[in-house]
Amino acid sequence: MRRSQRIRTLAIGAALALGAVVTSFPFVWMVLSSLKPLSESRSIPPTVLPSTLTFDAYQQLFSQLDFARYLLNTLGVVALSFVGMLLVVVAGYGFAKFRFPFRDAMFMVALATMMIPAQVTMIPTFLILNGVHLVNTLLGIAAPTLVSGFTLFLARQFMTTIPDEILEAARLDGAGELRVLRSVVMPMSKPILAVLGVLTFIGGWNSFLWPLVIATDSDNYTLSVGLSLLNRQLTVNPALQMAGASVMVVPILIVFVLLQRHIVRGFALSGLK
Amino acid sequence: MNLARTLPAARARRIRWPSATPYLLVGPAFLLLVVFGALPIVVAAGVSLTNLDIAGLGDPSKVRLVGLDNYVTLFQDPDFWASLASTAFLVLIGVPSIVGLSLLAALGLDHADNRFFRALRVFYFLPAITAIVAISLIWGYLYNSEFGLLNYLLGLVGLGPVPWLSDPFVARLSVAVVAVWRAVGLNTIIFLAALQGIPVEYREAAAIDGASAWRTTRSIVVPLLRFAILFVSITTLISWMQFFDEPFVLQKWPANATTSVSLYIYFQGFRFNEFGFASAASLVLFAIILVVTAAQLRVRRLADAA
Repeated sequence: MRRSQRIRTLAIGAALALGAVVTSFPFVWMVLSSLKPLSESRSIPPTVLPSTLTFDAYQQLFSQLDFARYLLNTLGVVALSFVGMLLVVVAGYGFAKFRFPFRDAMFMVALATMMIPAQVTMIPTFLILNGVHLVNTLLGIAAPTLVSGFTLFLARQFMTTIPDEILEAARLDGAGELRVLRSVVMPMSKPILAVLGVLTFIGGWNSFLWPLVIATDSDNYTLSVGLSLLNRQLTVNPALQMAGASVMVVPILIVFVLLQRHIVRGFALSGLK
Repeated sequence: MNLARTLPAARARRIRWPSATPYLLVGPAFLLLVVFGALPIVVAAGVSLTNLDIAGLGDPSKVRLVGLDNYVTLFQDPDFWASLASTAFLVLIGVPSIVGLSLLAALGLDHADNRFFRALRVFYFLPAITAIVAISLIWGYLYNSEFGLLNYLLGLVGLGPVPWLSDPFVARLSVAVVAVWRAVGLNTIIFLAALQGIPVEYREAAAIDGASAWRTTRSIVVPLLRFAILFVSITTLISWMQFFDEPFVLQKWPANATTSVSLYIYFQGFRFNEFGFASAASLVLFAIILVVTAAQLRVRRLADAA
């Protein structure tokens, strides 16, 4: 019995390891190919390890192509997204800890927006942003996703767990509402800030549809839009494409390794809403 | 609460504040949600009744009301029906693949709790957090007909070459494979969370009754997961309706214009600048998603009652 159980565990482990190879191989191939010279990245038979290690493709991205600017734009969009996250946290606190007329109706409206995907709103949102002259600006790219019904829901759920007594105690000690928010609510919200923080970073960094629609001028392209254009060139340059993909993927991998716990929790929550 | 009632200063504060404070707290986020969540639907509904295009955008006097003309044209456009049919086809193969593979992976990962199994989880999760554009480019390279790795490997065993992206029908499947590959990671995590929520006693009781591991999985574990399975099926279904990034990057125009309704809307709106017509298509997509969501809620209620 024990023996057969061990064999089964080994078999399952082996099958899962094979699955893990299938899942991670494309990323390994990406990094290896990005370090090959152009000719080697197009050679048949393909080489696994680069025979000559070169950073030419990366150099080309940042010197000949405009990827330095795209990177800055992407960081700008991410920074704006963090402002949106703060608005969400503050609103979550308001919905959780105050009673006020229309509160429940407002919260229902906020939740209802979760059902409306970007693909449905891209045309009218473009027209709205065009009306207020935000097309082709970083603010315009970030604006549609600054706040989401889902993150607001997460923030509110967390805030309801903060005991009223602590807030009351702070108010009794003479703290104004702003002080309560800054010195009591925010420090107690670290767990939810971590989850929302990684979701915000990943979402802002990876976002594609809004930059594609809103950035009509190449000066405002983000990494994702610049990267998608590498596949529109007449002659395919795999080393260059893989270098561009690595620039987008590797920072996320680093964030993931460092903050794995929060990310898995955030995504598990997002799945179980 | 009681303490507050005994202290006049605190009472004064409580009376003075609640009026404005909560609205200041929730106002900015709520306003953004209304402007970018609810208002677009109203705008789309209005614009869908007009002939707004790029000329109308520059000169509002050119915009005319056209009634339901856009909807009539939409339902007569074979490309629109092709995009709907393609979505249905992808749902038919994509949803069972994703649910089956991620359930299998989750059951496997849940089998043992040691360092090796925990490390494997990380790998399964990687595709879910990386940019789809980057993932699409990597797969485009693997699929490449001249120097792609996949055809080379197939050639080694005497197969192929497969026209991964050059044949329109095969390309649709190739693009779906990328989406399935990516979605399995995320849904594995959801199933794993649900599996770990099943009380250990259930499985112990089955083991004491002499049930085999396979029997326990089939008769105890999977039925207990029906809510998670339903949830994953519906969210996957909705995500196929929004299918955009992978075909946009991997397939060339105009083959990708009919791969999904979202791409159809994008090309009508931003390639042909027919904003009125594209708004009508957006509203139809919205209606379909509403119906699916309502069906989900209804099935969930039935499942809860059962």
